Order: sequence, then structure tokens, then C-alpha cells
Amino acid sequence: MRIEPKTVKKQGISIHTIKTKQFKTNQLVIKFRAPLQKGDVTARALLPYILQSGTKKWPTTASFRTYLDNLYGANAQVDVSKKGESHIISFSVDIANERFLKDSSPLTKEAFNVLAEMLFNPLVEGDAFNSKIVEQEKRSLKQRLEAARDDKMRYASQRLIEEMCEGEPFALHPHGSVEEVDSITPEKLYHAYKKMINEDAVDFYVVGDINEEEIAELCEKYLSFEPRAALADEKAGYSQKEEPKKVVEKQSIKQGKLNMGFRTGTVYGENDYIPLVMMNGILGGFPHSKLFINVREKESLAYYAASRMESHKGLILIMSGVDPGKIDRASDIILEQLKAIQNGDISSKELDQTRAVMKNQMLETLDSARGIVEVLYQGDVSGNEFTIEEWFGKVDKVTKEDIVTVSQKVQMDTTYILTGKEEA
Amino acid sequence: MKKKNFDQLQEELFFEELENGLSVYILPKPEFSKTYATFTTKYGSIDDQFVPLGEKEFINVPDGIAHFLEHKMFEKKDGDVFQKFSENGASANAFTSFTRTAYLFSSTSKVSENLETLIDFVQSPYFTEETVEKEKGIIGQEITMYEDNADWRLYFGTIQNMYHTHPVRVDIAGTIDSITDITKDHLYQCYDTFYHPSNMVLFIVGSVDPEKIIDQVKASQNRRDFKNQAPIQRHFDEEPASVAKKHHQLNMDVQVPKCMLGLKASNVTLQGKDLLRRELAVNTALDVLFGRTSKHYTKLYEEGLIDDSFTFDFSQELGYGFALLGGNTRDPDKLSQTVQSILIEEAQHSSITDEQINSVKKKNIGGFLRSLNSPEFIANQFTRYTFNEMDLFDAVPTLETLTKEDIAAALSDLAQPEHITSFYILPKEKEAVE
Repeated sequence: MRIEPKTVKKQGISIHTIKTKQFKTNQLVIKFRAPLQKGDVTARALLPYILQSGTKKWPTTASFRTYLDNLYGANAQVDVSKKGESHIISFSVDIANERFLKDSSPLTKEAFNVLAEMLFNPLVEGDAFNSKIVEQEKRSLKQRLEAARDDKMRYASQRLIEEMCEGEPFALHPHGSVEEVDSITPEKLYHAYKKMINEDAVDFYVVGDINEEEIAELCEKYLSFEPRAALADEKAGYSQKEEPKKVVEKQSIKQGKLNMGFRTGTVYGENDYIPLVMMNGILGGFPHSKLFINVREKESLAYYAASRMESHKGLILIMSGVDPGKIDRASDIILEQLKAIQNGDISSKELDQTRAVMKNQMLETLDSARGIVEVLYQGDVSGNEFTIEEWFGKVDKVTKEDIVTVSQKVQMDTTYILTGKEEA
Repeated sequence: MKKKNFDQLQEELFFEELENGLSVYILPKPEFSKTYATFTTKYGSIDDQFVPLGEKEFINVPDGIAHFLEHKMFEKKDGDVFQKFSENGASANAFTSFTRTAYLFSSTSKVSENLETLIDFVQSPYFTEETVEKEKGIIGQEITMYEDNADWRLYFGTIQNMYHTHPVRVDIAGTIDSITDITKDHLYQCYDTFYHPSNMVLFIVGSVDPEKIIDQVKASQNRRDFKNQAPIQRHFDEEPASVAKKHHQLNMDVQVPKCMLGLKASNVTLQGKDLLRRELAVNTALDVLFGRTSKHYTKLYEEGLIDDSFTFDFSQELGYGFALLGGNTRDPDKLSQTVQSILIEEAQHSSITDEQINSVKKKNIGGFLRSLNSPEFIANQFTRYTFNEMDLFDAVPTLETLTKEDIAAALSDLAQPEHITSFYILPKEKEAVE
């Protein structure tokens, strides 16, 4: 697998084209990035949903979606997320490559047009968005936020972050908060829109069987942005807790959710980042990992017991679902596994397996257009250009000692437990 | 080995049925790094009454056994198969549905080693009392996890409302009680009956050489001694056409209510082209009526009765079939009544136009192309279609031939008042936090 992105960077705007014959559709993704902050985040979370609900040319969702359906089901999506202390708004348009259709009128240009219409021709009245759409989307956002808390696994993960990173921007949910929704007005939202378009760091990706010169022309025509200052690299500090924190919450549920958060002190792009990724893999990233083997297979305590990383924040997050009466036991076993790694209890088999599945996982991710964009963006956000050769080279070089060293920096921060209560 | 070309799509599909009855499909994707392979048996949670291999009488097996068997296939005398896949850089998994159990891996290197592991572990059962007992704790937690999941409860609650006796109403994993009774002998009995190669499909998609793959699979099958097996006898109790319950609801620890409507299909003996036509016709009707371009979606959204969690889908297998429509809503009663009256009205006097149908057709043609970007979609859907005597690559050509009349007829067949049921998940009464 060779991905050779061509990147053009100009005054805060980066355009990345990735030419490949692998897919039957062409994918356009544009990402807007700004600091994650309270007071901003909810309006920013609402913004893409407003922009996809109506434009001057397509003033209703129905007219917009009908247009897309007739473009052989062009798929336009919006999303918000966070990476470290940055908030990211994404718009994507995935469109059929006409080469595979009987009707072969060119479609890529149409995809640019759709994206540009969403971004630059919104349904505004004076200096405000259409108030009916704003009210509708505020209601939907509130419901989306509330419903997200109804999924207990997601809820427990979010609560761990809130407790662990209390007072840090990272504690904020990328979709904002129910409390902030009410105070958003059509005017405030328009202000947030202007700010996004004019000040955010912009990365634009095109993946597909495309003509690079044509793409450059289309960018020129459809996606012209004002120059802007590059976004300062935010590396947020945090205050070390004197004692690990423990929070227990009760709801009417049957399975306990055990979520544990650790600080690693290492973020994406730093020297010991790849050893940290391997350490996480040995600990709980895969079915051969220590958590799976010890919590699930040996003790039959859980169906899932896994760890994942927040790469731009330097966290390791462990999650497991266990019987409420066995949470302490599971927690002990989990901590023992980390301790084992810190003590150098890593077999060469574990090292080989983890290296092999990490490489496989990366190559598999690069087998989808969306995966390519996400892997490249990981690097672009932190100013470290990703190349597969460099990444493989680093993975090959990691030694057991590197992993032990990086594991010794990993510190327990917060345990969050969601458990059952006696039924009334 | 036979080969089929799809010129417009620029895909080729290779196929061979081996002497022992195993169907092998290979779809090369040279531009991809990875290879994805599924080894699937036509055996799922609904197959709970059958004549075991070599016996004469029907037996009833405990609920959740197909899924339990899937879990236990991974454990061998010399340890866990996951270990072996990891050593060869593969990511492995399995899933059990109502009608299928699939074992799979994906890998970007050592494809032939991993394919050998896949075939070998699925064709070498190893169950002991001890390992069976140990698995009960793990699956118990899997069951409990789903019990706390409001969307899963909504889905299964709606199915249970529809079915009186058909085992589709039973949770795929069973219950903590039902799995307590499972023994290693049960597992062997199910395995021997349903894992014969003639009841299975192997699908490989990715950067592979079809000739090499087929040779490897043949060699692996020649090393094993499978006796010819008579067709499997399955039994299903009589299922009335009407729904079992018109409505039911469940209180859970949620903030946003959920509402789902179920439409129970009749004439569920369809297979092959007829089944394909029906699935496509009903889904087109639902898309025209409730898709994001529809006036109903717009109105429901503007009234705040739905948000973008609203979904709909129709699927049918041999013996059962249903459409499900619903999502998060602040007013489940009003959503349920509104959607039901739209469906019943449309079933009697269809308002669907050619223009709407053409738009849905175009969307689905592009959607199918997009699906072909996904090796997972190709292998899993192709296998599901094959088990129902349908061909995945017929889907778009068949869709193109559907008329307004076909679509109206399919909907009026489905949306009859006595075939519709509703299920809600409602927030618990507020109680003091302990």
C-alpha cells in the first residue's frame, strides 16, 4: 500500500490530494479546527447541522437531499469531534465515480459544488441564520446529547473524561452541552459561522481516481478561503492529582461499567509515542492482549475488557463491563496487568503479535478512503506529516525496554464506576 | 472454477463447489492491501428444532446455543485461536445472526497461513465440560450488556411483539437461564449437524490470486474426511399471520423515549428472485415515504417527533420477515399513530410517483457502488443472499426493473393493520438518587 498525498499549504489552508484507483467513489472531506473551549463548543457543534439543513439554492433538507439522490446517491455528511484540545467540524461528500455508471456525466465537479454550497451559501437573513431551522436543530441537538447519555457504555466513557479532566477543555463533549443549547441565538450562530470560515485551520482532502490538475482548478473555483494565521499548537497542561480519584454513580442497570483513566505524558508525534501505542496494544488493544486474556479468558469476569488511547491528549482509557459485585476484582486484575508491563513482564511472543497486528490494523485502515483521511489528519493536526514507511520503521525499532520505560510514566488518574441500584 | 464478469462494475467473481459440497467464492481486489475471508454456516439462533446427524427424531436445543457454539469454536486444546491469528498479523472475529454463524479474518500479510487457520479451526471442534462452564460467565456478561442497551431492547421488544412462536423472537444469545443448561454434548450435536461443508460458504475478497486460493482450499478439504450428509431437517412451529401483541412497552433508565413499529411479513416462503424483488420493492416504498427527501420525514422532523436517529428497513428470510421503523422521539404515541396511519393510507391508495421511484433507484445504484468499496459488505451480504438463493449482483439490475405497481403492491401486502405492532422504551419515573 502506497499512499502518496500531495499537499499544498497556503496561509492556514492545506489541500491534500490522494490519487488511488482503489475505490468506486470519490471522497471529499473538509475539516475545520479551532481551540476546544466552553462557551464556543455547543454553537460549533450545532453549526454543521444548520449548514446541511438549508442553503440559498436548496432551502430545505428535502430539496437538498433530492438533489444528492439524483447525483447517484451522493453521500453528504457532517460530524463534530475533538482531538486533544482542538474542536473539529467535518463535512464530507462521497460521490460515485462515473466510470462505473452507464450514465457517465462527470460527478466530481458536482461534489465540489455541493460542498461549496453548504459552506459558502447558507440560508442567512441579514447577519443571522434562518430562525426556524435554528430552533429545529437546537431541539435535535438537545435530543442527540440526551440520547447519547442513554447508551450506558458511551455515557460511562464520557463521565470518566468529565471527572478525570475536570477544568480542562478536554472534559467538554464535542457536541457541547444541553445547558448551553438554550442560549444559542441565530445571530450568535452566524458569528460562530463567520469565525469558522475565516479563522479556523482548514484541511481539505480528496481521495479517489482523480486528476490532480483538475482538482487544483476545482479548489480554486469552489473553495477559496481568506488567508489566516496558522493555529497555535495547543498543548494543554493538567494538574497532577495527589491521590487517584474514584467516582461511583448508580442507575437502574444490571451490568456495572468500570472505566479507568491513565495519564501517559506522551502525545502523538513525540519520540516515545510509538512505544506507547505498542504498550497499549500489549495491555488491551487486541484479543491477544493482557486484559482480554486475564479479565475475560482466565477469570470469565467480562465480555469486553479493552484499552484505547486518546493520542493527542496522552491518555489511556480502559473499559470493561462486569457484574456489579465483581468490579473490585476486575479493577485489581486490570491494575496488575499494567504493573506487569511496568515490571518488564512482556514475552517476545506478545511483542511480535502486537507489532504484527498493529501493522495490519494500520494497513487495513488505509484500505478505506475515510481511514486514509483520518490517518493523515492525525499527523496534519500535530504538524507531523504521516508516512507509512516512517511509521513502519518506528514500529519495527521499538524494543521491550522502550515499552517498559514508557509504561513507567503511565499514571493512574481516575476510576469511574457506573453500577446498579436496588430496585425500589 | 467458474468465473463471472461484471463489466460495468469492473469486478470478477470466481466460484466453485467442491466435492464435499463446500461453496467457495473469490473476488479479487488487487488494489487493496487486505484480504477478508468469511467462513459461514447456514445455521443461526432460529435453528432450535432439528433432527441431529445420524438420528431420526427432532430435538429441541437450549436458546442461545448457536451463539454459544460460535464462542467455543475459538478455544482449542493448545489454546486460543486468536493468539494464532495475532501471530500472523490477522484480525479475527465471528458473529451469529438469526440464520447464520460466520467466522472471519482480515489480514494484509500471510493470507495463506491465516486462511489455513480459519478453515482449520472451524473444522476442528474441541469442547470440554470445563471450557463450556467457563464460557457461561463471559456470555452471561454479554447478555447483561445487551439487557442494559435500550436500542437492543427496542429492537427485540418489537420482534417479540410480532411473533407468537417463531424462534426469531428469542434473543440470539439466549438468556442466563437458558445457557446454564448447555453442555459439550449439545455443542457437538449442533456442530455435527450444521457444520458440514455442504451447509457452508467460504468467501474470500482481497488481493489474492484465485487459482492459488482454490488450490489451497481444495487441498485442505482433501485432507479431511467428510461423509456425504443428507439434507438437514429443521422444524418450526406454526406461526399465525397476525402479530402476537399490538403494543408493549418497557421502562428503562433513559432520558429520551424510543418508539419502534414492526410490520410483520406474510408469505414468508419466498426465496430467490421473488424474495429479492420483494425486499427491494418494500425498501423502495419505505424510502419514498420516509426517506429524508419525503414530505412525511420533513413534517415529522419539523414537529419534533423524530430526529436523525429515525431509521427504517425491511428484510425477510425463509420463515419470517419484517419492516422496522422508528427511533428516538419525545412523543412515542403520536409518532406511532402518525406513521401507522401513513402506512395504512398508502397501502390502500399509493401516492408514490415514478419520479420518486427513479430518484430512489439512482440513489441505490450509487449506494451499491459505494458498498463495493467494502470487502466486509461484499463477503457478508453475498453470503446472506446465497443462503436465500439470491445473487447480490442481481440487486441493481432487479431494482431497475421495478415498477410503480410492483412497489405499491408490495407495500399494500405488508402494511395491513393486523400486521403492525408498536413498542416503546420509556424513561423510568423519577426517583430520588441514592
